[in-house]
Amino acid sequence: MINVFAAAQASVLAAGGEGAEEMPSVLAVPVDELIIGIIAFLIVFGGLAKFALPNIKKTLAERADAIEGGIERAAKAEAEANALAEQYREQMAAAREEAASIRTQAQSDRAAIIEEARAEARAAAQTVTAQAEAQLAADRSQATAALTHQIGELAVTLAGKVVGQSLSDDARVRQTVEEFISDLERQASGSTQGSAQ
Amino acid sequence: MSSEVVVASGGLDCHLLSGCGFPAPGAEIFLFDEIAAFTIGSLEFGITKVTILLFVAVFLILGFFIYAFRKPKLVPRGAQNVGEMGYLFIRDGIARDTMGKEGDKFVPFLFSFFFLVWLTNFMGIVPFAQIPVTSIFAIPVAFALIVYVTWVPIGIYRQGFFGFFKNLLFPPGVPKAMYILLAPLEFLSNLIVRPATHAIRLFANMFAGHLLIATFSIAAFYLLSASVIGLLGSAASFTVAIALTGFEALIQALQAYIFTLLAAVYIAGAINPEH
Repeated sequence: MINVFAAAQASVLAAGGEGAEEMPSVLAVPVDELIIGIIAFLIVFGGLAKFALPNIKKTLAERADAIEGGIERAAKAEAEANALAEQYREQMAAAREEAASIRTQAQSDRAAIIEEARAEARAAAQTVTAQAEAQLAADRSQATAALTHQIGELAVTLAGKVVGQSLSDDARVRQTVEEFISDLERQASGSTQGSAQ
Repeated sequence: MSSEVVVASGGLDCHLLSGCGFPAPGAEIFLFDEIAAFTIGSLEFGITKVTILLFVAVFLILGFFIYAFRKPKLVPRGAQNVGEMGYLFIRDGIARDTMGKEGDKFVPFLFSFFFLVWLTNFMGIVPFAQIPVTSIFAIPVAFALIVYVTWVPIGIYRQGFFGFFKNLLFPPGVPKAMYILLAPLEFLSNLIVRPATHAIRLFANMFAGHLLIATFSIAAFYLLSASVIGLLGSAASFTVAIALTGFEALIQALQAYIFTLLAAVYIAGAINPEH
């Protein structure tokens, strides 16, 4: 360093005569070297700023975007999955509720159906009973009528035989018999009424 | 050291016991013969080894980064990966650290400076090149000048002409009477000493480092003689020269970083004058 300053001083001393040819100072700044240095920087700056750095800047921005975008996409997918799970859970609950209500409905339906069937059966039984009773009554009255007639005939025949003459085609006889029978019937019905009382 | 230095320092026959004094290297190892010259207008341009190394550095930087970033992929590999590390170092470590998000605009500027300064420094330990381009004073001066004519106009543009000088010369929080003393000092410090130290810091570091390596290399050569002291001294000097080369590699990167960081700090001060 002492050398440097010695040289610098020498050149400063010699600067008046501009005669530092045998030992130019290391601290001299020749204009041509200065310009060359500036040009060198400008070439580097221009070349890099135009051909190299815009590319990498763009790529770095794209990468940051891709990473942020990826995170965003993942968050969105997660939210979507959560929403789907929630929806599924709701649907499951709704379905379970529906199944329960259907089961209850079925049970009440069954009871109703059974009740209905029972009522129907009861009505059918009643109808059949009523018909049978009616039939029975009809049969009885028919049998009674037929019996009454035959008894009349038999009584006439018998009386004819007892009296010794034919009474069969006599209208008067017939009327008498019929009156007798209706008396009998009246008595019978009176006795039945009496017994019913 | 290159043979021209050895020759310049006393010749190939100059050894410890040959009756030759130690040819300590001086300023002459930073002076190179013109290989070619041309004239533009009235100005003569001399092309020396240093000029050539400067442009080798320029084209290495352009070549590497244009190649590395020619078709950048989202998933980087190879050269792009290395280039990206450099880019992110400048963007996050320097530009955004000093200027915040606004620093992104200045990344190409700072990026160019960092790699140009680093590579021209690095020429000091490249075999056969072996001269830091930035140890030639005009080169750091040119670089510092570019930084100077960048941050001053930015400051004037951002703060207005009077605002810029007011913020620069009259720092707030000082008694009014002090400005009589302070304003000239601030003027000197910010507008004259600042660019000078910016250039000299880089230059002096590279100059001194190169001189040290040269001294020990010449010593290793000079001490190489038929004596025990000479051989031991030669071996020690050689070892020190190698160690210094490693040390210089560190200093070169560090100085490139400091130069770029200072450029960023100056620009940041011009954009946001609150300090």
